[in-house]
Amino acid sequence: MNNSLWAEILVLGVVLTNFRLLASSRLFGLIDTMQIQAIALCAIPIALAPSASALSFRLVMLALITLAVKGWILPRLLKHAVQKTNIQREIEPFVGYDFSIMVGIILLGVCFLISYRFGTDANLSSHFLLPSALFSLLIGLMIIISRRKALTQVIGYLTMENGVYLFGAALAIKEPLLVEMGVLLDVFVAVFIMGITIYQINSEFDHIDTDRLSELKD
Amino acid sequence: MLLHIVLIPATLGLIALVIRNRPLRWLLLIAGGVAHGISVVLLAMHRNGIPFNEWIGLDDTGLLFLSITSILFAAVSFYTILYLSREAGQTTQDAVEGFLFVNHPESIFIGCLLLFLSAMSLVCISRNFGLLWVAVEATTLASAPLISFHKHHRSLEATWKYLLICSVGIALALLGNFFLSYAGSGRLHLNVEALTSHAGQLNPLWLKASFIMFLVGYGTKMGLAPMHNWLPDAHSEAPSMVSTLLSGALLNCAFLGILRGHSVLSAAGLRNFSGELLVFFGLLSMLIAAVFIIHQPDYKRMLAYSSIEHMGILSLGIGIGGLSGTGAMLHATSHSLTKGMLFLCSGQLLHFYKTKNAADVRHVFKTLPITGFLWFAGFLAITGSPPFGLFTSELVIFKGIIENSRWFIAGFYLLFLFVIFIAMAKIVIPMTFGQAEQTMESNSQPNDFREQIWFSGPSVALCAGVLILGLYIPSRLWQFMAHAAQNAGGR
Repeated sequence: MNNSLWAEILVLGVVLTNFRLLASSRLFGLIDTMQIQAIALCAIPIALAPSASALSFRLVMLALITLAVKGWILPRLLKHAVQKTNIQREIEPFVGYDFSIMVGIILLGVCFLISYRFGTDANLSSHFLLPSALFSLLIGLMIIISRRKALTQVIGYLTMENGVYLFGAALAIKEPLLVEMGVLLDVFVAVFIMGITIYQINSEFDHIDTDRLSELKD
Repeated sequence: MLLHIVLIPATLGLIALVIRNRPLRWLLLIAGGVAHGISVVLLAMHRNGIPFNEWIGLDDTGLLFLSITSILFAAVSFYTILYLSREAGQTTQDAVEGFLFVNHPESIFIGCLLLFLSAMSLVCISRNFGLLWVAVEATTLASAPLISFHKHHRSLEATWKYLLICSVGIALALLGNFFLSYAGSGRLHLNVEALTSHAGQLNPLWLKASFIMFLVGYGTKMGLAPMHNWLPDAHSEAPSMVSTLLSGALLNCAFLGILRGHSVLSAAGLRNFSGELLVFFGLLSMLIAAVFIIHQPDYKRMLAYSSIEHMGILSLGIGIGGLSGTGAMLHATSHSLTKGMLFLCSGQLLHFYKTKNAADVRHVFKTLPITGFLWFAGFLAITGSPPFGLFTSELVIFKGIIENSRWFIAGFYLLFLFVIFIAMAKIVIPMTFGQAEQTMESNSQPNDFREQIWFSGPSVALCAGVLILGLYIPSRLWQFMAHAAQNAGGR
């Protein structure tokens, strides 16, 4: 049982949670799925380490902090926003759930195709990582585009951000700790400010349907 | 010591967030602007003594953009004090639809303004791509509450679009960072110096991929078409001084992100690839701006589209390189000053006429002589008429294009500039000229058409700056601009 197998199981978990995100209409369910995805995500860099001695302080520290922010604080923040706005589900998305899943399956295939083109010359740590990263990114974008509620769009943004994180793991990027912390802080503040804005939109409009925010246009 | 240029405004901003005393808060804002200005002057004088380290350093390009930011912030902080004292009441009437709304707390506004300045300064001095990314995202976050200062449905809509579109864009730029790191096989630090000096070792395929991500990511923030959708909304709904900072300072800072990537590609011998992409997106932005400025009913949106046009010109100039690159640097300076002056004037127009519809604004010359004069001068300047700075810079860029014998690009460049000139003239000239009609006067009695002269102070100063840049450019300044363009990957 080597480590890369564990990593691949975790990556598979990320892919499956992406499908769950596409299929779910309840906002609480979406947030829970996000949480599972984030936990799987944080474990991937550790699972990728070739041996226990290769686990540096930096790696473990980073995984723990990411876990705290993406796996605990952000879901709590989002659930708080759901309770505040009292909007529980995504009703009538632009793209239906069944169709979303179909598109998801096609996208997954496309991601594998693209990754094989790019991955042939690259000494990647795992074959599944790069396509899954790309897949998460695209699913995030798709959720942002195809859902109405502002909160669902925030979840899409986080999924996309997870995809970028997975890219970092796939390409074995070692950015300085300071930068990684800065990135996390920015994501956290971004979601925080988005949450406040959603709350304000809700109290101003009595809804958070972004397609009805359409007064400004040419 | 260089970090103080970030830390001073950040500290003042955090203090402003918590204190309750109103005059003290205003004092903090002015102090932040003045301290930043003085620091920039001192830095410019003693720049050679400051070593670059892995994280920060001040090169010519950074210093130029930092100075622009500082000048605009000084003008804006002065205007903001007047503006806030005018909106001293608990509720304000919406200038367009007439309903009453409550502003967000002033402490948040002033605090975020200072934090915004701090984040933009960090963008200008960072030499590490990771830090640069963090700083650019921080500018988005610090400026989002500024856009929704007037808490009503339109500003909230604009804020949401801004937050979401820019955050998504910037996430792609982070991907660009990863690709860049991978291009160096993870051995090189993501430091501009390290990357440019070892550019030969970088994998060209991944390097190209990373530049595309930078262009899409930072380009979203910069307002390059077709990623510009948030820009007209945010610029038209934000209070005028915020629009000034967004248009004059923030867009430049985002451009700096692209320029850093461009300089690495130039060093790696891929200048043609990144240059052509910049030229393409530059021309496309000019085209989109021209299309939307024609018959634009809203004068603040007209200014916003004009920003897209000028970002296109900057991108085009840097993409062509050589003399055009120098012209682009000059253009960035003149555009920021002019756009600052125009947005501050538009704030005055909005306050007096209570409408953003250009067709309802008439005979500004008669009713508000100083604002009218500045508005018209600003229109001449922004469309590149002599004797203003933008005329010189647009001419220099044109000369650069001709020197490279890119005839088609030169043709399109002139065509778009010409179309935009005509389209803006058709909007602005009816606004400024004409006699005061009696009926209009009686309708707008409660508006109290007494010009508040102090409000024009910052615009007058900016106007003088653009005029001087158009009349005389000292050779030292020209050298400086040329260096700045070279650092940014010019030939």
